[in-house]
Amino acid sequence: MKGPVLALSRRLFGAARDLAPIIVVIAFFQIVVLQQPFPNLGSVVVGLVCVVLGLTLFIQGLETGLFPLGEALAHAFARKGSVTALLAFGFCLGFGTTIAEPALIAIAAEAADVASEAGALADNDAARESYAFNLRIVVALAVGTAIALGVLRILKGWPIHVPIIGGYLLVTVMTAFAPDEIVGVAYDSGGVATSTITVPLVTALGVGLAASINGRNAMVDGFGLIAFACLSPMIFVLGYGMVV
Amino acid sequence: MGFLADFVHTAFGTAVDVLPIAVILVVFQALVLKRRVPNLGRILSGFVAVLLGLTLFLIGLEQALFPIGETMARQLAAPETTGAAANPGDATQVDWRDYLLVYAFAAAIGFATTIAEPPLIAVALKAEEASGGLIGSWGLRIAVAVGVAVGVSLGAFRIVTGTPLSWYIIAAYVVVIVQTFRSSRSIVPLAYDSGGVTTSTVTVPVVAALGLGLAANVPGRNPLVDGFGLIAFASVFPIMSVLGYSMATSWLNRFRRARRLRGETT
Repeated sequence: MKGPVLALSRRLFGAARDLAPIIVVIAFFQIVVLQQPFPNLGSVVVGLVCVVLGLTLFIQGLETGLFPLGEALAHAFARKGSVTALLAFGFCLGFGTTIAEPALIAIAAEAADVASEAGALADNDAARESYAFNLRIVVALAVGTAIALGVLRILKGWPIHVPIIGGYLLVTVMTAFAPDEIVGVAYDSGGVATSTITVPLVTALGVGLAASINGRNAMVDGFGLIAFACLSPMIFVLGYGMVV
Repeated sequence: MGFLADFVHTAFGTAVDVLPIAVILVVFQALVLKRRVPNLGRILSGFVAVLLGLTLFLIGLEQALFPIGETMARQLAAPETTGAAANPGDATQVDWRDYLLVYAFAAAIGFATTIAEPPLIAVALKAEEASGGLIGSWGLRIAVAVGVAVGVSLGAFRIVTGTPLSWYIIAAYVVVIVQTFRSSRSIVPLAYDSGGVTTSTVTVPVVAALGLGLAANVPGRNPLVDGFGLIAFASVFPIMSVLGYSMATSWLNRFRRARRLRGETT
């Protein structure tokens, strides 16, 4: 019984340490710089306890749930040996997790407001809604394509810097031609497309694939799926801005 | 009662996020792979732990940190705090030096929220495992957090000065490209990945509030146009800092080895 208790208390301590910087920064600016008392301190303390417990459970779940699942899938696909099935899985995983992502929904709605303010869009709710929805589809397609391509890269052992740098150059060129109001949205959409649950799963999948294929190295080939998933929405959204 | 309602509401939201993943997994498992997942019970219990954990985490953040963080970001950007109110004569003239506190806050909060970012923790754990302990998860997280701190701070400076976003981002890409060719092949993919995982659950709400607050308070800025872009800064600069960190450690090792060799020959 001593082992699990010790492990749990170590995890709790780790989570508390992860949160310490935020608490220090906020307390410092609140008390020293803005010189204001904390509003309802009691609820802040309850909230912090929830955050520490939540982070502890999350990390526990990563190690017993998401990581082993990602690895098991990687091994199963590697054993099956069907590239098409693996690419289809990658695309679905990317598309499915992105389309419902709350951060993306928020960004898309804001982007629609920007576009309608800039006069690129009819000033009514229907036009804004359809613009925001199309934007979400575009980003989800981008992430799906990115995961599929990233998986293909791991299978083939291609170096990562060629597609990534090529992609950045493309973004640079497209920035010059895309309408101004879409640029900020496009750049931000790259960052929000990866959710807390997708990242561990996709990372474990990539590292697991690289580990189960002969001649692939977990560090050189296994990482990089997230990078693809962040880059491609920029390209797709800039392209969407140029077309619409 | 309020807490319970919050809990159920957030848990439901998290479950909806996971639903597409679960459906895809089940479909592929049943139709394509056609084999049982090993340790299914354990994995399911892990999934439940992740869901519960994220729910508690989000509720706690909503209750304890986001309200203060967001109010703080707005207050720090307000003219009374920045000292911009001291020279109200010419409202269109913005002196970037009035906002030093904002840059400091941006850097500090960028660093602090990144350290607690769950996806980054996941990637760092995986990196430590895949590199056989060569890359420490803690070292990687600090390197990434430093990158976010510099990025968000520079992003705040950009909003204050009103310079175009693309100049900064394109310059940052150029630096990343140069670094890529000078770095070890095994760190590059991880560095690229760490750019994407920094901007998530904890960082985005506070950083976005800072961007919008600044754009609303600095004269001549439009929140709808200038408020965007901080996230982009927070995703490019960690790539730079992780590559820089790995270059620095490899230089240091080479330097140490060279000195040791010299010591042995004399």
